[in-house]
Amino acid sequence: MSALRRRGHRTGGASLNVTYLRFELLRTLRNRRFLFLSLGFPLVFYLLVAGSAHSERNLAGSGLSAPLYYMVGLVAFGTMSAMLSSGARIAAERQAGWHRQVRITPLPPRSYLSAKVMTAYLMAGLSIVVLYVAGAAMGVSLPAGRWLEMTGLILVGLIPFAAAGILIGHLLSVEAVGPAMGGGIALLAFLGGTWFPIPDHGVLHVVGQLLPSYWLVQASHVALGGAAWGTRGWVTIAVWTFVLARLARRAFERDTSRV
Amino acid sequence: MSGVQLEGLSKTYSSPEGPVHAVRGIDVSVAAGETVALLGPNGAGKSTTIDMLLGLARPDAGEVTVFGRSPADAVAAGAVGAMLQTGELIRDLDVRELVAMVASLYPAPLDVEETLALCGIGEIAGRRTQKLSGGQTQRVRFAIALVSDPELLVLDEPTVALDVEGRRGFWTTMRAFAARGKTVLFATHYLEEADAYADRVVLMAHGRIVADGPPTEIKAIVGTRTIRATLPGVPLDALAALPGVASAERRGEAIVLTCTDSDAAIRALLAAHPQAADIEIAGAGLEQAFVQLTGDGAGRAVTA
Repeated sequence: MSALRRRGHRTGGASLNVTYLRFELLRTLRNRRFLFLSLGFPLVFYLLVAGSAHSERNLAGSGLSAPLYYMVGLVAFGTMSAMLSSGARIAAERQAGWHRQVRITPLPPRSYLSAKVMTAYLMAGLSIVVLYVAGAAMGVSLPAGRWLEMTGLILVGLIPFAAAGILIGHLLSVEAVGPAMGGGIALLAFLGGTWFPIPDHGVLHVVGQLLPSYWLVQASHVALGGAAWGTRGWVTIAVWTFVLARLARRAFERDTSRV
Repeated sequence: MSGVQLEGLSKTYSSPEGPVHAVRGIDVSVAAGETVALLGPNGAGKSTTIDMLLGLARPDAGEVTVFGRSPADAVAAGAVGAMLQTGELIRDLDVRELVAMVASLYPAPLDVEETLALCGIGEIAGRRTQKLSGGQTQRVRFAIALVSDPELLVLDEPTVALDVEGRRGFWTTMRAFAARGKTVLFATHYLEEADAYADRVVLMAHGRIVADGPPTEIKAIVGTRTIRATLPGVPLDALAALPGVASAERRGEAIVLTCTDSDAAIRALLAAHPQAADIEIAGAGLEQAFVQLTGDGAGRAVTA
């Protein structure tokens, strides 16, 4: 036993570190269900939907080409899945009792959650890249500044979903989290405009504008010049973020104070 | 250096059947470098005590200090490693990766490869955690507790899923670790484990400490056997006076002798009363010993 060596070069300790994050990422990439939902499924549907309408330059009067519109529509689908999958992972780890094991390490609960959110964002980034590449292959072409602006809006629009992931991870059981996520994402994607442009009046328009998924899809409007979101978009995202972050915080605190 | 102090700890849970007094005011002091067994039947309050020691549960009353600090501070400093009674491993990593992931959280962990070898899981280091057997999982959990090179190692019923050989290997590793001056506290309901591997045994029943001392002393208390035989007409006084017999009682035609040394007692019994028939010798078992020790079966225990 005296032969045991300590590792001198470790940077570990209380805060998050690269090694820990790397393994979190590796775990996510090895999860087939996740890869299917946030990468495979959106890509296949993009190729099907945009492929069949790839010469459409003005989809349903939106002013956007079909390949661009569906690219962002399916980015919304894939990134929502990526963000909410952190909830599935948190729920699974709670059920396994792993959260108790983590609580007796120097990793603070907050850093545990940060790692989950950062992993979710990296996965969302992967989903974005995959669909952008597919989009470019389908003829989507934008000035570099527009690509960046669009990506920025999507990343901001995902903040409420980061909070939602933490919330459902602490609220739902492993059995409930799958159906809740699947159903929730399908509905949000549908009402947000993933599959067809939301008309600019009527019930769908009113409902859509209240949802964060609508604004994710709406990021494609950067292509038309001017602001893709407007005040309404920013306020909607801010309100969802505020409400979900508060709920997530409450669920998290209740969970960590319990045995 | 101060070790682990538990002072006046108590904890009550609410349950559908009303409040459960899991721990009812216990004082335990473990010196640094000592290996202490927390021995008791299921529901004695061992796991609840360990949860409070680790900061996973807040005591209703009393105080815990670990090397002079609160449990939370000791955990944050990386001074504590623990193997909890229940808990699965997270999936989608292999064994080596999982141990390395946990190691990365500590300021001065052991070498991952050596930890794997030490815990006898070097051969399954490349296997995914969701594909392990119960015994293998248990050894990986041990590696997770050890890899931080903690000053205090806490093990809650660590050998439950292990076979005989696995147990032996486990305790050998634990002893080697303790020999480096580490403090070890382990919970068990096996008297043999407490006897063989602890410097000191704290005996717990119904949320209280009923005895605290060296293993030999505890063994004398709970290691009793009973001799039962059909033997009418012999006075109890004479039976109680036989060598190795602690007490004698009569149940109809039968007599029951509680023995500290059943070998000596049975020889003396047969020499003095060769007509004794239907003889049975049985280990008292922890549960029974504890009921005798605590003098009541009334305090309902919890499985915590």
